[in-house]
Amino acid sequence: MVETRPARRATNTGPGRLLIAVYLLFAIAATSRAGLQIATKFDEAPVAYLLSGLAALVYIVAAVGLARAGHTGRRLALACCSVELVGVLAVGILSLADRELFPDETVWSQFGSGYGYIPLVLPVLGLVWLWHTRRDTA
Amino acid sequence: MTSVGTDSPVDGILATASIVLSLLVAVWALVAAVRHRPPDRVQFVGLGVLELALLALSVLALVAVGGGDRPGEPGAFFGYLVTLVCLPPLAWVLARMEPTRWGSAIVCAVCLVAPVVVVRLQQTWEVLGG
Repeated sequence: MVETRPARRATNTGPGRLLIAVYLLFAIAATSRAGLQIATKFDEAPVAYLLSGLAALVYIVAAVGLARAGHTGRRLALACCSVELVGVLAVGILSLADRELFPDETVWSQFGSGYGYIPLVLPVLGLVWLWHTRRDTA
Repeated sequence: MTSVGTDSPVDGILATASIVLSLLVAVWALVAAVRHRPPDRVQFVGLGVLELALLALSVLALVAVGGGDRPGEPGAFFGYLVTLVCLPPLAWVLARMEPTRWGSAIVCAVCLVAPVVVVRLQQTWEVLGG
């Protein structure tokens, strides 16, 4: 396991582990959904499905980053949470402005309303958590 | 209500019982998390029983498929089915790794997701209406 670090405030313990669990759930949800869409009906909405695939990848890397907890892990998680936040905001706005662009739902459509807006909250929590743990894992 | 040609194998007492059990474990785990308690025996037993119920549900679904019935969206249906039976073990492992209130919070989160997946499972079976 990744428990070797003696740091009191690693990103992979306490609340961080809950965050990793939720990231894992979203990684599973997004990966299977995107995989299915790309495999069975890619031609219908290539942009939306590629975006689902990208979102899935970001969730996986974010979960890994948080779980590894080291310097590199934090960098990875920081990058992923930022990409997610920008992604969910951009896609949210675009999907409201131009419904044609995303004819089929993605994780990030309508700010993630299909997933209880958790895709919108999750990157914020991730960034807050990274900020909260910044000192002790130097 | 649309009438379905064949009875859905994932829409019966067992599915309802799984949903109720999962929500009960979620509430119990939430109370534990709020009280700063690590995951207790009730949560782990609850996860075990939930897993047995979900495995039984999967067997029912597979028997129905073996008997010639087909889900409305096969790809999504089996995706949800595989995900569903992986949820309690995931919660179990993470809760074992985190013997603090946050372990209870993990059990709560996963047990809130499981009912949603059961409902999606029912929807992807019935989408064609028989």
